[in-house]
Amino acid sequence: MSGSVNAHAGARPAATSLRSRNLLGIADLSPEEITLILDTAEAMKEIGLRPIKKVPALRGKTVVNLFFEPSTRTRTSFEIAEKRLSADTLSIAIASSSVVKGETLVDTVLNLEAMHPDMIVLRHASSGACHLLSRICRSAIINAGDGMHEHPTQALLDAFTIREHKTRLAGLKVAIVGDLLHSRVLRSNVQLLTKMGADVWVCGPPTLIPTEIARFGVRATSNVDEAVADADVVMLLRIQLERMEGAFFPSLREYFSVFGMTEARLRGAKPDVMIMHPGPMNRGVEIASEVADGPYSVILEQVSNGVAVRMAVLYLLAGGVEHETAA
Amino acid sequence: MKRLLSGGRVIDPANGIDGMYDVLIDGGRIARIGKDLPVDDATVVAVPAGMVVCPGFIDMHVHLREPGQEHKETVATGAASAVAGGFTAVACMPNTCPVNDDANVTAYILAKAAAADLARVYPIGAVSRGSKGDLLADIAELKKAGCVAITDDGHPVATALLLRRALEYAGMFGMPVIEHCEDPSLKGDGVAHEGFHAARLGLRGMPGACEALGVERGVLLSELTGSAFHVAHMSARASLRAVRKGKEAGVRVTCEVAPHHFTLTDEALGSPIPYDTNTKMNPPLREAADRDAMLSGIVDGSVDVIATDHAPHHYDEKNVEFDRAPFGIVGLETAVSLSLDRLVHSGLISLSRMVQLLSSNPARILSVPGGSLAEGQPADITVIAPDLRVTVAARTLRSKSKNTPFDGWELRGGVAATIVGGRPVFVNPDAPIAFK
Amino acid sequence: MDADRIGRALTRIAHEIVERNRGVEDLAIVGVRTRGVHLARRLARSLHEITGHEVPTGALDITLYRDDLMRQPVGPQPLVRRTEIPFSIDNRKILLVDDVLYTGRTTRAALDALIDFGRPSSIQLIVLVDRGHRELPIKADYVGKNLPTSPEESVQVCLQESDDRDEVLLQGGAA
Repeated sequence: MSGSVNAHAGARPAATSLRSRNLLGIADLSPEEITLILDTAEAMKEIGLRPIKKVPALRGKTVVNLFFEPSTRTRTSFEIAEKRLSADTLSIAIASSSVVKGETLVDTVLNLEAMHPDMIVLRHASSGACHLLSRICRSAIINAGDGMHEHPTQALLDAFTIREHKTRLAGLKVAIVGDLLHSRVLRSNVQLLTKMGADVWVCGPPTLIPTEIARFGVRATSNVDEAVADADVVMLLRIQLERMEGAFFPSLREYFSVFGMTEARLRGAKPDVMIMHPGPMNRGVEIASEVADGPYSVILEQVSNGVAVRMAVLYLLAGGVEHETAA
Repeated sequence: MKRLLSGGRVIDPANGIDGMYDVLIDGGRIARIGKDLPVDDATVVAVPAGMVVCPGFIDMHVHLREPGQEHKETVATGAASAVAGGFTAVACMPNTCPVNDDANVTAYILAKAAAADLARVYPIGAVSRGSKGDLLADIAELKKAGCVAITDDGHPVATALLLRRALEYAGMFGMPVIEHCEDPSLKGDGVAHEGFHAARLGLRGMPGACEALGVERGVLLSELTGSAFHVAHMSARASLRAVRKGKEAGVRVTCEVAPHHFTLTDEALGSPIPYDTNTKMNPPLREAADRDAMLSGIVDGSVDVIATDHAPHHYDEKNVEFDRAPFGIVGLETAVSLSLDRLVHSGLISLSRMVQLLSSNPARILSVPGGSLAEGQPADITVIAPDLRVTVAARTLRSKSKNTPFDGWELRGGVAATIVGGRPVFVNPDAPIAFK
Repeated sequence: MDADRIGRALTRIAHEIVERNRGVEDLAIVGVRTRGVHLARRLARSLHEITGHEVPTGALDITLYRDDLMRQPVGPQPLVRRTEIPFSIDNRKILLVDDVLYTGRTTRAALDALIDFGRPSSIQLIVLVDRGHRELPIKADYVGKNLPTSPEESVQVCLQESDDRDEVLLQGGAA
């Protein structure tokens, strides 16, 4: 059976459950817990291939998707995952105007909590929003992206996709190119991949590389060719147009010419390189269309794997609702 | 009423005193200091062994929030917090609502302080009208009303030109300009120190250079104008470097460091409580090298003052996402214990040096009475108990706000009593000193 | 039971299957993970030896259908494994295989899972050991051995494929 090879097989016993009742970030997960989530996701993936794409596992549980930032992709993915597990799901998209009107995150959640949801999936523009909630809220919290901090289910589905193709994570060279500074996907992926023994390279203009990046256990460079050389995986991160205003780089055109992933740039990578992107893509900025739609791209697989991975996370955390596991 | 504090160790660095002496207080002033003074008709206060009698401590950087933000603190609650922390006087910042840029606001604050009748309050006036950075405030009027210095604290003076003018003009009255040193464009929308921990937690950073740029500017302008320039809440090693260079060149620059900047580092952002908004202040908690630099400046004399930057905020205001929380923590009631525990008991400085930092130097910089126990000085006295075991309890702080990162800390050293104008306005129930 | 007895029981069951179903044309075997799957494969081989016919075989994970999910006061979530049923179960006679039949709850979960996959024409239950103490109205159609037990005892089935030996152990009185 593919994929249950643990990068550290023999070093430590496999995890049979998650220690925390929340998923706030990859930072709190051990390599064994990550493997457990990926293995469970494999089983969950099969459910999506059945005629009846539903199992009763979370029947009677209420899950609220509380999204303070607009997101079709992640929210839909969570909704489908919840429904496949037979949970009762409710999605709330908070327009920024309600926040301006003065109802705070804390008040919004306390009001919600009075209705006893079992789990809350939270996406918010402030780093640490999920940590704040976990201190005041009895529901289990799943981080669907908090500010610039983490997006753990994205990193998990990225790892799942890589593992499906390469059967392992350890020893792979993974290059991540783009706006590293503002990216929660970067922080989650770097932590996960280094924990699982991958050789991670990050690349972008010096203005977009976080301080002391070497302390994250990665190699940092502003030279794309160096990053991509012999890479097994190349992950592109979105460049936001607003970054031009912060003088992070002069123009999108220049960004593309220096850092954009084109077919020519990819020639230095391994012949079976995987191209990944968390989406949504800016074609012609961080990634050329020919690459996005090309034979190495697994971008659409990432999306479909997202449902399976989120089902795994929901399932593994749902059991923790009725009992207090070690935080 | 005459009181005789007898049997205590007296430390008064302004007068070179450190030894066992009696202190006689009469009519609210220091009447005599000597050995074995006759009791006569004075009420005797026996100073227990181990306690130390010092000139009253002065916190020259405090936000009392009144007028306008009384939900966070008032002059009265701030003054109560001050004396509980061992401070006989505080200098309060002008960033109230309205800003203290005229005599009326200054008078209001002084009236509130008089009504509270606890710590002395010395208002600091604004540099510019509304602290908006366009026109100078009526500085002479502020001085006349009772202000002891000027600042646009909360942010730096808007332009180098305005800062120059302020230094020149305030220099006329011998008033120092106190500056919140910062380059606003480098600060951007930063909420934490730009370093590994902020990067890891996804928080926008402000580098140490941001503060140091402001310090360099101020030092140069102080040199240009010959006026006194005081660096508020210094936190970065690059800032200390600039201050040292200025002092070596004879520039009239002084600086203060807050206890949280010589105790904590940016590691506190993530642990023990991740994204604890009680670790959010401006300037931020910086990396270990900066904290260690502040300690070295305290040791070698480059740092002149310990001032708390006491910044009360209501619980609801701090109980939000890190980005949205206001900057600042309270500090009046933890400063002395932190100084005793982390500076004196750790062997870094002597008690005498600590008294300089908390009393004699601030008095000198602001040209206010106190800072020494010379005969004729007002009897503003802080009695400290350097071996008293203290556990910080946010719940029981006398400040209206409880936003402190030190809740639960166990420290060695505390305040036994605070005497203002000869009157004991605070006596620590846990310290065995009795005033009749 | 030892390896011999297990082997003979399975052979007997295979013959019974052929007899009762008058051949194996529209049969399929689905084993309940984990040991039911090994038993299912062995039965499929026996049926092939007897009839020359390949009977499609599948593996069913019933974890997500258990009625005791989310109800444990303590303890980790049970591990979930893949279900692999690479054929349509519509209009087939499904032989559901498990190692031990006890309370019947596992079988109930397996029935729910199977019904989600399609509409079999019938489902027959095969178990290696029936240890009694049913809590639901479930009955096995083919039984390797009836083993009366008390609730304090436990029945442990070991199979070559996963445990390196064939053996059924009765372990007395869990404390």
